[in-house]
Amino acid sequence: MASGALLRGNGAAGAGRPGGRPSRAPGRSRLRAWLYLLPALTVYAGFAIYSAGSTVWFSFLDWDGVQPPTWAGLANYTRVLTEPLLAEAILNGLILIVFFSLIPIAIGLLLTGLLLGRVRTGMTFFRTVFFLPQVLPLVAVGITWRWLYSDAGMVNQALEAVGLGAITRAWLGDYHFALIALGLIGTWCMSGLCMVLFMSGAQRIDPSLNEAAAIDGAGPLRRFRYVTLPGLRREVGIAAVITTIAALASFDLVFVTTNGGPAGQTNVPALLVYRLAFNEGTIGGAAALAVVLTLIVIVLVSAIRLLTREPK
Amino acid sequence: MTTALRYGLLSTLAVLVLAPFAGIALASVHPAGGQVGAFSLPEQWSWSNFALAWEAGNFSRLMWSSVVIVAFVVPLTVCLATLAGYALSILGVWGGKGISLAFVLGLTLPVELLVIALYFNLREVGLTNSYTGVILAEIALFLPFGVYWMQSHFASVPRELVEAARVDGARDHTVLARVLLPISWPAITTLAVLVFMWSWNQFLLVLVMMQDPALRTAPTGLGLFVGQYGTDIPLLSAASLLVIAPIVVVYLVFQRSFVNGLTQGAVKA
Repeated sequence: MASGALLRGNGAAGAGRPGGRPSRAPGRSRLRAWLYLLPALTVYAGFAIYSAGSTVWFSFLDWDGVQPPTWAGLANYTRVLTEPLLAEAILNGLILIVFFSLIPIAIGLLLTGLLLGRVRTGMTFFRTVFFLPQVLPLVAVGITWRWLYSDAGMVNQALEAVGLGAITRAWLGDYHFALIALGLIGTWCMSGLCMVLFMSGAQRIDPSLNEAAAIDGAGPLRRFRYVTLPGLRREVGIAAVITTIAALASFDLVFVTTNGGPAGQTNVPALLVYRLAFNEGTIGGAAALAVVLTLIVIVLVSAIRLLTREPK
Repeated sequence: MTTALRYGLLSTLAVLVLAPFAGIALASVHPAGGQVGAFSLPEQWSWSNFALAWEAGNFSRLMWSSVVIVAFVVPLTVCLATLAGYALSILGVWGGKGISLAFVLGLTLPVELLVIALYFNLREVGLTNSYTGVILAEIALFLPFGVYWMQSHFASVPRELVEAARVDGARDHTVLARVLLPISWPAITTLAVLVFMWSWNQFLLVLVMMQDPALRTAPTGLGLFVGQYGTDIPLLSAASLLVIAPIVVVYLVFQRSFVNGLTQGAVKA
């Protein structure tokens, strides 16, 4: 899903109102225009909107998927917010935002500042490489990292090579470090995306702004702070939206690396939605958790858009 | 920072990104069944792991499912998104603003919100364990971005082009086919490769909708392959490479479309 959220999130970030003013067409042709819209609208309404509505409906039911459902009122929501298992999963999802979103954005900005405008040759190659983790199925990424993090894996080998042999362990199986190790896979995936976004955004900033600031005696640090950073406001917003959705809705990666373990330390909402609905047959609870997850996504995305809005 | 330092930094980062793949590429040619720690050249190169993984994971079936699903999802999504984008952006429909908004809202909905209902509702009408069900669900999932993308693309086309054709008496479908499509191929290609990537990589939706393992796609099958062969690193690495290969090839061919799709998405809004 994370890759699915990639551009879907991107759109959300900037999609204030796409499209210009459609030209006024006479009544009959405006009706005919509906024919062009209808196929997309039917599939979208029938499979996305109707499903979303159904899930909301399920969240008020007590249903095992076999017996007829009974009305549960808000019981499922109470459960989501009070049962430690579910509440902790939501908390873990929020912690993952640090690794999927905050750290990659910081890395992206740092590298943009360091590299901006002075590297020309070979940039296509580097861009292609840095963007690569974005296009790969997260299942394969997860399998790779499972092995890198293993007892005799590359991570521990690298640590031993730099004299940190004392801290080596099976990272994804460690009670205290599993969530962090998982999060760092997200950092690995998302940093390149942020960097590519910021580099291309920074190239669109009017060079005369930088020159003017330089003439006024602003050093590289101040120029980055007062020219580049404000110019990247929109790109930072988009990166934040994409990566936050990827963090909160992550499923594939967790499913193949830790599957929630050890001892539930890496449970995330999506994993429990799946488990509750399809392994334990508590569909109402799963639906309520999915709804809460969606509300958190919507609140955070709206907050990010508000914070990174262009000043009028 | 000197230029040499900058390239040093870039190269270090590139190595950090690529090292894991070099690692599994090397691991995949170690003798099957063995433990592989990290970077090490195998004593004998076991290319047969790819054939073994293909057999063990039943990848003939899985790849077929992936190909069928992608072959329908990509053209249909692009087609529906183009028609809808044309209607919303050029033709103008009654209530168009509200409909654009409804599509945009879909951009933030996580798959998790949809899968539960998709499974239980489609089970009623026999669309679980069916390509049709997965294909329609994926199209619905990708349409918000598709419509948004095509709509903002058409909005960027100079209005004079459309008006001139209209004055010449061109009907709606002629304007689309003769005037707009010929200048829209870059936007359409970008949308197509992005939808290809999302469809190929889709995991949770397929896992839920295809309870029959034989109907699952390559990435989903890979997710369950781990459970069975979790300790056979060479076999697991070979299987991962098999699943990664198609998307990497498409990415390398259309790398510009992928990256531009993302970065331009920002500019357009």
